[in-house]
Amino acid sequence: MQPTVTIVGAGQAGMAMSRCLTERSIDHVLVERGEPANAWQTERWDSLRLLTPNWMTRLPGHQYAGSDPHGYMRASEVVDFLLGYARSFDAPILTSTTVQEVSSRDGGYSVRTDRGTWQTRVVVVATGAAGTPHVPTVAADLPRSISQLTPSEYRNPMQLSEGRVLVVGASASGVQIADELARAGKPVALAVGDHVRLPRTYRGMDIHWWLDTLGFLDERWDQVEDLARARRLPSLQLVGSPEQRTLDLNAATAIGVELFGRLVGVTGDTLQFSGSLPNMCASADLKQQRLLEAIDQYALANGLDDELTEPTRPKPTAVSAFHTEIQLSDVETVIWATGYRPNYPWLEQHLLDRKGAIRHDGGVMTQPGMYALGLPFGRRRKSTFLDGVGPDAHDLSEHIVGFLDLVSARNQRGLR
Amino acid sequence: MTTIETTSHLNGVRVEEILGAREALTDMPEAAQFQWTAQAEWVSGTHTKSTLENFFGLGEEQSHRRAFTYSTDHPEIFASDDHGPTPVEMVLVGLAGCLTAGVATVATNRGIELRSVKATVTGDMDLAGVLGIDPDVRNGYSGVTVHYEIDADASREEIEAVVAQSQKRSAVYDALTNPTAVRVEVA
Repeated sequence: MQPTVTIVGAGQAGMAMSRCLTERSIDHVLVERGEPANAWQTERWDSLRLLTPNWMTRLPGHQYAGSDPHGYMRASEVVDFLLGYARSFDAPILTSTTVQEVSSRDGGYSVRTDRGTWQTRVVVVATGAAGTPHVPTVAADLPRSISQLTPSEYRNPMQLSEGRVLVVGASASGVQIADELARAGKPVALAVGDHVRLPRTYRGMDIHWWLDTLGFLDERWDQVEDLARARRLPSLQLVGSPEQRTLDLNAATAIGVELFGRLVGVTGDTLQFSGSLPNMCASADLKQQRLLEAIDQYALANGLDDELTEPTRPKPTAVSAFHTEIQLSDVETVIWATGYRPNYPWLEQHLLDRKGAIRHDGGVMTQPGMYALGLPFGRRRKSTFLDGVGPDAHDLSEHIVGFLDLVSARNQRGLR
Repeated sequence: MTTIETTSHLNGVRVEEILGAREALTDMPEAAQFQWTAQAEWVSGTHTKSTLENFFGLGEEQSHRRAFTYSTDHPEIFASDDHGPTPVEMVLVGLAGCLTAGVATVATNRGIELRSVKATVTGDMDLAGVLGIDPDVRNGYSGVTVHYEIDADASREEIEAVVAQSQKRSAVYDALTNPTAVRVEVA
């Protein structure tokens, strides 16, 4: 086997790229460590639904065609959707194959896997943004009596013992898990750091409709003011639910979740939390306020005011008295909803920055013929969205065509 | 010459130079490693003099333009001579100075002209802690409040955003809100 292009990962990004390459008749293979859409099949909790509404499920040549465009897909429905996508163009997927090393060789790349090695011209890294859950170093200081889970391991409240749960992180995963556990009757503490607060709907429309309509999701990597910061932005504090409910910190405290600042360490027998909680909440409130302001201005400028409901602004996050310590003996489980970190032990070191992330310019890596797809703000703000990876895949497949043309032109000159 | 140059910058903040330094330090993580040092000497009673002159950064020893010396002491109601503010008040000085420097820098970076920035910093403390009367009361502040009055060429929301960002990037705010490992040795 000597495919021209090797795509690592058969999730939404890999499949979108496969579809674009198929259209351009470029032979390729998708290498998948497990089954297609693996993370959606094996690393998501039971109740999880997409954060984006169903109509926002547009991949190159394929989109949601069900009867509930304003609903939010369950993880199992996402799996079905992606498997259907792969079938629709007969994506060449090599399952249960783990890439062990990609190295430069003979002007191309040698791809070594646990099921054989082959030579390829182009490599597309499409292993996703939610690869390895990040667990802060403080985890090592916790006693064995406290059980620890990441969102990839969490399934449902039944899995946990009766005692108090500390959920660390208040982005989408953290607030959703904290909410679910509190509803199941468990005492829940939520450690809150930087987060992006958003209402599920505003003036009668889904917040993602607004973000899409205002062009916010299409913002490009080469136009955004502070790219490094934009790429670090935590996931939106949202939940996809049939009743379109807003899940912010006020909603969490209303059902008994107790808010704490960022978890900063363990001293003796106590967990220490930052006293910066009020500022974290105030900052998130201010940013939400600015976005809703921009929405109102857009609605006014485009004559939408009559069709929309009244602008009702969410209440500021209520942070009254809060504690900065919890006794270790008062916690039975800690759930680390602290995001994901890049992990590419199979890539050459020079391709990564000092934090281990892929160095790239809009998905074009530092070595010709290598590409990264589906990373935070890869080419657009929506690069990690099921609805957003398509345009990036399209752009990069065009780049790949240009690269392959250049290589063959060079080879022909070399032959003469 | 220097004076003219300083006053020609918005709010007196040389924001381009700060951004330049930030960029340079991004590529040179070693140069960003700093160490601050205070030299303290006991005078008498609760009076101590601390001097700040040298520090380490950008890979080498650095100095302030001159040595700065501060006295700390306790007030007369604690049977002391009040040669200076209490050490715990100096912490408030640090917080006020750090947050306000942050307000000026962030505002300038956002093109906001400041006319006046005033802060009142208060710290609440139950002396039952330091005096060892009640083991359940902590020694340090039970809470700190910073109240800003800012007159600037900006909306209330923009000013609030500047103050919020200043907290996010403040070293002293971080030192107060988060635990830090402290080691005290005897030579």
